[in-house]
Amino acid sequence: MTSPNGDGSNLGGSDVRAAAEAGSVLDDLTPEQLAAEWDEDKPPAAGPLANIAAAAVVVVIGIAGIFLSLAMGLGTPEAPEPGMWPFIISVVLVVLATALAVFGRNRLDAEKFSTSSWAVLAGVGTLIGFVLLVGTVGFEIPSLLLTFVWLRFLGKETWRMSTVLSFAVVAAFYLIFVVALGVPVPHLF
Amino acid sequence: MEFFEPVINGFGVVLEPMNLLYCLLGVMIGMLIGVLPGLGPAATIAILLPLTYGVEPVTAIIMLAGIFYGAQYGGTITSVLLRLPGEASAVVTVFDGYALAKQGKAGTALGIAAIGSFIGGTVSIIGLTLLAPIVASFALDFGPPEYTALALLGILLVATVSNGGKLKSVIAAGLGLLLATVGRDGFTGESRFTFGSLSLADGLDFVPIAMGIFGLGEILYNLEQRHNKVQAPAKVANVWPSRQDLKQSSGAIGRGSVLGFFLGILPGGGATLSSLAAYAMEKKRAKNPERFGRGAVEGVAAPESANNAAATSSFIPLLTLGIPANATMAIIFGALLIQGVTPGPQLVANDPELFWGVVNSMYIGNILLLIMSIPLVGIFVKILRVRAAILAPITVLITLIGVYTIRNSVFDIWLVIFFGVIGYLMKKFGFEPGPLVLAFVLGALLEENLRRSLLVFGGDAAGFVTRPISGVLLLVFLMVIFLPLIQSLFKKARAKKATNTDDPSRKNEKESV
Repeated sequence: MTSPNGDGSNLGGSDVRAAAEAGSVLDDLTPEQLAAEWDEDKPPAAGPLANIAAAAVVVVIGIAGIFLSLAMGLGTPEAPEPGMWPFIISVVLVVLATALAVFGRNRLDAEKFSTSSWAVLAGVGTLIGFVLLVGTVGFEIPSLLLTFVWLRFLGKETWRMSTVLSFAVVAAFYLIFVVALGVPVPHLF
Repeated sequence: MEFFEPVINGFGVVLEPMNLLYCLLGVMIGMLIGVLPGLGPAATIAILLPLTYGVEPVTAIIMLAGIFYGAQYGGTITSVLLRLPGEASAVVTVFDGYALAKQGKAGTALGIAAIGSFIGGTVSIIGLTLLAPIVASFALDFGPPEYTALALLGILLVATVSNGGKLKSVIAAGLGLLLATVGRDGFTGESRFTFGSLSLADGLDFVPIAMGIFGLGEILYNLEQRHNKVQAPAKVANVWPSRQDLKQSSGAIGRGSVLGFFLGILPGGGATLSSLAAYAMEKKRAKNPERFGRGAVEGVAAPESANNAAATSSFIPLLTLGIPANATMAIIFGALLIQGVTPGPQLVANDPELFWGVVNSMYIGNILLLIMSIPLVGIFVKILRVRAAILAPITVLITLIGVYTIRNSVFDIWLVIFFGVIGYLMKKFGFEPGPLVLAFVLGALLEENLRRSLLVFGGDAAGFVTRPISGVLLLVFLMVIFLPLIQSLFKKARAKKATNTDDPSRKNEKESV
């Protein structure tokens, strides 16, 4: 949910190992130093452009919301038409997003995209492939492929581990969802 | 004795085998995801929502609640042994917990944390038992204007107290409110933002949104972050803390429990904030604060008691007012709505079995967790060896297949993927997903009450201010918005003075904040 999870998992491995190698040098960190170290370990922050881009997207959504709400009709406060409430929210969104672009653009809480962001894109690709296939060939083959890709290529497991595990996972899902629970998942067998 | 009758009946509900089983299942899952870094309790609860369709409402909520407070126990283990917090609420436990582990006292730290969590949880359940009916009876008189103000304040507080940028969090909440308007307008029956799509005619379903933004979004985000494989630690010995350790930390446990209980009730409070606050308080109170960070038992005891107490007490606003106090509660709120139960002041009176069943299940859950954290801790330490890379595809499949099973709809899988990508991008650009989901859940309630109030007032918005309770709530709402603005203006004025009196390094400092 919150960033410390992700950050923590980054630094943990390297730190534990480094600590083991370097003896007790790294071991005597005060909480402040530790917090600073976590901060350093965060993915590199994106510049003001990222914040402005995010604000621009919200402004576009807000303006679209305003026009669509106007088309639905606003009515009066006493007898509001369907467009009134979305209109109010859209106006607030435009105001807030403008404020973000003007005052908040220098905050460094956005992250840069890096080469490892391609992994996310690839992951989304496998998800889309899964949905496209699941309706026609059932869940088994798409699940097998998805698990294998995630293990071998996104997770850098060995070929053997990935193969064995993906078959095991699909078998387990089949047993749980189809055999035991009788859930109506589209399946081949 | 009249008061206690439904309370005791609630134990009857808990002791039904089905409920006991789901309680055990819930706390075990909670403990597991607490131990495994990556997925937080909100994401896990979101992903497991489809599992709750087939069971009774009480049973479902007992399990989901168990995941939430179970995660508070589990998060400690990785904090202490690996110096990486399994949960955000266990971050401060790292400081002294890991220091203790280095001194060969990992067992002591884990034991104290488990006992502190147990006491914190129990104190909080007792507080919940006593306080919740009172709050509920007070709120029975609330009309639409009060609910409008309460929902507005709740959303704003959750957005501003969350750890992301405030402005971005409020924007996320606004987007959530806008998403909630998709579908049929409750008053006129007209379609809004459906673009002619039949799948959108009934509005966006809560489950795909929660599963996407919290669950899948987090999985995708972790995909990018994960580089190192975690090494599993060595064995943990002597988990039973000594009498002296217990004596030393008893004060910290007591104070942490009470602080956690009260911070948990506040919207936006919750487990993470209260663990930080409890640690800070202990450090301030200590005779030699330099011990903290070097293996002070109190530094483990206080935050662990507090986060568990807060996890429990954050059920109070949900179950008595129908206003979720944090993102996890928003998902449980959604789960209740799916079950046809509307949480609110009437819940205690109309559905005592559900209310007391859930509350009392927490006693059982905490006892189970104490057993898992002390005698059985070795098993969970072993689980640390499971690599995140192996879990990721399994959670993805659970999400995709799970959401399909709800309505046998492929469209819902598309929705989950869409919101998963949104959730990932939000995290990337520094927007907290919590406020969006919370606002989405409260959106319909907010609009309905706003429009009803305006009908009652004959279109005159001044009516909100003249009613005492809604007036006060709106005043607090305005204060939450404007106080920080005024403060930052003052700060800026002061900083300007400072830069004028030749200090060039200061300027850079300010920019990087």
